[in-house]
Amino acid sequence: MSSIAGFLKGNFLPGQSRSCDTTGLPVCNTASLYIRLNAVIAVVSLLIGAIAAILIALTRWPAVHLLPAEWFYRFLTVHGFNMLIFWIIFLEIGILYFVATTLLNSRLFSKAIAAISFALMLIGMIMVNAMIFTGQADVLFTSYVPLMAHPLFYLGIILFAVGALLGVANFFLTIHIARRDKTYEGPFPLVVFGAITAAVIAVVTILHGAVVLIPTLLWSAGLLETIDPGFYRVVWWGLGHMSQQINVAAMISVWYFMFSLIVGAKPLNHAVCRGAFILYILFINLASAHHLLVDPGVSTEWKIWNTSYAMYLAVLASMLHGFTVPGALEVAMRKKGYRQGLFGWLAAAPWSNPGFSGVFMAMVMFGFIGGITGVTIGTEQISIITHNTLKLPAHFHGTVVAGTTLTFMALAYYVVPLIFQKDWYAKGLLRLQPYIFAIGIFTVIIGMQFAGSAGIPRRHWDISFAGTPIPITPMESGWLALVGIGGVIAFLGLLIFLLATVATVFFGRSNKGRPMEDWGGVKDISAGAGTWTKEDDHKTPGTWALVMILLTCFVVYFFANWKALADVWWVH
Amino acid sequence: MSFMIPEKDWFKAPDKGEKSWIAIGFIWCLVLFFSMPIWHIYGKQNSSSESYRVKPEDFSARVMKFVETNSIGKDGNTPIVQPKPGGHAYVMGGGYIWYPILKLKKGNEYILHISSTDYQHGFSLQGEAGINMNFQILPGYDHVLKITPTTSGTFNIVCNEFCGARHHVMTGKILVED
Ligand code: HEM
Ligand SMILES: [Cu+2]
Repeated sequence: MSSIAGFLKGNFLPGQSRSCDTTGLPVCNTASLYIRLNAVIAVVSLLIGAIAAILIALTRWPAVHLLPAEWFYRFLTVHGFNMLIFWIIFLEIGILYFVATTLLNSRLFSKAIAAISFALMLIGMIMVNAMIFTGQADVLFTSYVPLMAHPLFYLGIILFAVGALLGVANFFLTIHIARRDKTYEGPFPLVVFGAITAAVIAVVTILHGAVVLIPTLLWSAGLLETIDPGFYRVVWWGLGHMSQQINVAAMISVWYFMFSLIVGAKPLNHAVCRGAFILYILFINLASAHHLLVDPGVSTEWKIWNTSYAMYLAVLASMLHGFTVPGALEVAMRKKGYRQGLFGWLAAAPWSNPGFSGVFMAMVMFGFIGGITGVTIGTEQISIITHNTLKLPAHFHGTVVAGTTLTFMALAYYVVPLIFQKDWYAKGLLRLQPYIFAIGIFTVIIGMQFAGSAGIPRRHWDISFAGTPIPITPMESGWLALVGIGGVIAFLGLLIFLLATVATVFFGRSNKGRPMEDWGGVKDISAGAGTWTKEDDHKTPGTWALVMILLTCFVVYFFANWKALADVWWVH
Repeated sequence: MSFMIPEKDWFKAPDKGEKSWIAIGFIWCLVLFFSMPIWHIYGKQNSSSESYRVKPEDFSARVMKFVETNSIGKDGNTPIVQPKPGGHAYVMGGGYIWYPILKLKKGNEYILHISSTDYQHGFSLQGEAGINMNFQILPGYDHVLKITPTTSGTFNIVCNEFCGARHHVMTGKILVED
């Protein structure tokens, strides 16, 4: 891998940077410190969230029904916050710093901003968790008014958000000085472009958060009479679902990054990839309406329009990435000489490299599960048969868990050795980790999906409804058992990752002064595999087969849901 | 490294394959969109556009009046109420109960008003043959559904929006006769 540091001057202060011993890329020391700090708290959040996950999953398994009701709802709140907010966002701030400095050959703009940002986020996270664990915020992570939590709970969220906003500002300012100091040439690298997309969306969502959470804080402190629950829902989901677009943009950037790092994949077409990222920004608002499709107070026209803006272009954006990412992988593999049949390139991929297998499985599950179910349950009328059933967590465990979380863990297999300068412990076991986690979470999702199709609600302690004579079929308890069993497996997967990370960071063998131990790439066997022409740079028959299977599943699932809707009572 | 700077002439039109996929994707996105307005014309299940602001105490008073005039019996402490076909019917969520129990006739349309007297709730109708329909209710909003039962039997209402520590005990009933 060649370095850009060699021929372009970075803007580092003397003694404030090093050159990576593996990639030759420049590393800003300040950025490196704050990437580590954010990553450490991200991992702590993942641990807290994982413990909550196993407890709630075992409670929803009827045969186990572990927690008492009060603690089920409390741990559900813990799970939502620590997973969806703290784990993901701490890590994303780290990723933004990494992308803006190392990939642009720049120093981090401000150490002070990074410090204040981190401190605010950490204080916010501690406040929120303290309020939840002491039973003063049993409101779940949506905190729908008029359920009320302690003012310090809302204040904690606001501090966290302000901290995150400062981190994003630091990212933009870093890009600004990199441009000013000409530390790189030409347009932004694609990965940087994707990260900028994520950061722009982050700003918009955090502003929505301010609009809804500041009044809520005042209300909870007794300074405001009431908050309209309809208003709260509309604006809260401007925060809640738009922010998922941050995860999508960040995750897809990581996909491009990882395939490039591991097999040397190049974007098939920069214009298409960038255009797809821009669509996320333009259609950022899209998914917010998906939670309000069976709400009072919003009109049918509002619902249809806001669900799709007439043409679902953010969905199109994901379909484009769903084509160009595996396409880039396929071309790179074929170029290396793996040209047999439709899927020879896939068979020869480095499946024992957890960075690769994690990203690939994340991509497949994100598309086939998260994407297809999300669009379908977010269709105006279909919401009637899916709203607040377990089909919802089935959807977002397909996106933000099987997709984003698995992707970020795969990224860690490379970034931990590079940033912490330690080689991984237990590499043999870690090669299996993505598979264990994927099998577990897939099982959880299947259980939730089918239980949800039977109408079983999400966020519900007891589906036998506390002794009322509502029949729960053995089939339905079977699906819920899968949530519990899959939960145990997925928890093990997370635990392996967490323990290995802690062991590596604290006791791992230093790799200073030499390249990190490689996970294994792909041998170039193109000598003798025939000539490579310019057209071959765009030939992706295997990817075509994959996306046609995806589209078929999409069509079938979508219309199957309309069919199910046609069978229920009439309503208008 | 390839995620680094793109080549100088990086801006290229998509090639044939990419264009085809963009076209296929775009057409599918249009299908996704048009399915919604089309279902409003031909489909029988559409979310309602009708809702009104109402003070929880006013809604509660209307429910009491509805129960008084149409009550036909009791199940435990909960009145069973039979609205006129085509007429107004009320279900109120609050205090971890759904009130009252409705008795409806299959194949008739009713104007169902649902609302809450305390927190947000999820009106989730559950019955045999896979019937499951869900609507959000909010305090301060009278959510109006013109609803026609197409199957008969006993249907349960559960709450599927978290409303507090005893959220899971919040159940109610709708009876439908042929
Ligand atoms: C070991 C892995 C995991 C397991 C077994 C698991 C399991 C569960 C279960 C059983 C629920 C409750 C469903 C309900 O009753 O409504 C849930 C909710 C949720 N999970 Fe996970 N989960 C895992 C990982 C994650 C991760 C990594 C994230 C986010 C990045 C996440 C985000 C959420 C969210 C946002 C909710 C909804 C909370 C709410 O309804 O308030 N989960 N999960
Ligand atoms: Cu409830």
